[in-house]
Amino acid sequence: MNAALVISDRDNVATALDALDAGRELQLGGRTVLVAETIPRGHKIALCAIAAGDPIVKYGSPIGRASADIAAGTHVHTHNVASARGRGDLAASGPQ
Amino acid sequence: MSADATFLGYPRPDGRVGVRNHVLVVPTVICSAVVAERIAAAIAPVGAALPHLAGCGQLGPDMNLTHETLAAYCGHPNVGAVIVVALGCEQVVAVSLADAARRAGKPVRIVAIQTEGGTVRATARGIEIAREFAKQIAEAERQPCPVSSLILSVKCGGSDYTSGLASNPAVGRVADRLADAGGAVVLGEIAEIMGAEHLLADRAASPETARHLLRVVSRVEAEAMALGLDIRGTQPSPGNIRGGLTTIEEKSLGATHKAGERTRLEAVVGYAAPITAKGLTVMDTPGLDVESVTGMVGGGAQAVIFTTGLGTPTGNPIAPVIKITGNARTAATMGDNTDLDVSGIVSETESLDAAADRLMAELITVCSGKETAAERLGHREFAIHRRNATI
Repeated sequence: MNAALVISDRDNVATALDALDAGRELQLGGRTVLVAETIPRGHKIALCAIAAGDPIVKYGSPIGRASADIAAGTHVHTHNVASARGRGDLAASGPQ
Repeated sequence: MSADATFLGYPRPDGRVGVRNHVLVVPTVICSAVVAERIAAAIAPVGAALPHLAGCGQLGPDMNLTHETLAAYCGHPNVGAVIVVALGCEQVVAVSLADAARRAGKPVRIVAIQTEGGTVRATARGIEIAREFAKQIAEAERQPCPVSSLILSVKCGGSDYTSGLASNPAVGRVADRLADAGGAVVLGEIAEIMGAEHLLADRAASPETARHLLRVVSRVEAEAMALGLDIRGTQPSPGNIRGGLTTIEEKSLGATHKAGERTRLEAVVGYAAPITAKGLTVMDTPGLDVESVTGMVGGGAQAVIFTTGLGTPTGNPIAPVIKITGNARTAATMGDNTDLDVSGIVSETESLDAAADRLMAELITVCSGKETAAERLGHREFAIHRRNATI
């Protein structure tokens, strides 16, 4: 079993199939990714650097945008990804 | 699966086919729910009550939805006979629920608490009728029926990262195979299509159906946004987020796999409305599991396949709910709630096709009478979606 899974060629994240420890080197989606921090099982790891505002792509489709610069090999989750959908909070605070 | 594959079901007078044979005990209103539950309990497990919180204090579309959902259950093919338990002064009309059962060719009786003279007499009268009905419907025998007579509801709940990788794609293969064999599949939970609607719209049978889907998704998104809050307060749920799902788009892309990869989207229908198309139908239901399953079974689904990552017990009063998980830990820790473990897809010890073969076989066996975990544990959750607050 692979340690992490890339679902589509277009994806810029992989899903950890087990907890990944920092320092581990993984072959993912045709590239070498150095795990930069602990990734919990089932969570996502960045395959490359993703700039703030860029789309996060999984299943070959956008699942949100980076809300901060994300380094390759780091944890991708609610702390650095914003959803583009159902954002009544943004609508309530006016145009961004 | 070939188009002439069969299961052992109950052909009904209206041409539909049941996979269960219940005596349904329907309270018209919350006030008659306890009496209905006691009547059904007297003939368990054949008796199935539909305790609900509405039936009065409702207006317009909200009232109609309650009425139509209850009427849909009265005519459902998994039901052999119906007892309507009324109070006597409520809005939901007992006679029209009875008519829905009669139109489907089912024996039906009404017990009204105010007419019978109180809880004790109404319960005793109801139990007497229930025992007669139980005896009467026990004479029906299961017969080979084509799988094309099945409407399968596909559902996920307590999702985690394994749902989109393993269990939902396995269910999707079963959905495609059932549709190939002439059967029907229904997908609900509009909020969990948000972010994946483009994939379903691309598979729509007509541009109008595609537009209809996009309209319904936009309406649900607008309803959530009207609260002035981030939908992430509930979608994904806190458990989904702990399980690794970050946004509603990610959850939806994984969830939509349940509806197959290639079956055309034929129709978009309202909550608990009749599912008449073969192939894929999307039903306008909320994401809350029990309200969603209640609506899809109301629409005519005889069986539900329900995927879970974190584990969940949800069942239904009249339809078997098959639980499948791609999470090996959940399969072990919630073994009593689990019907099928497909975690081998994640650990790469089983192919998706092999898992789908096992799931298809389980579906046929369950539709032929095998008890599901939810049935064994007495999970009969039922909740009608409300469109408005109680007046």
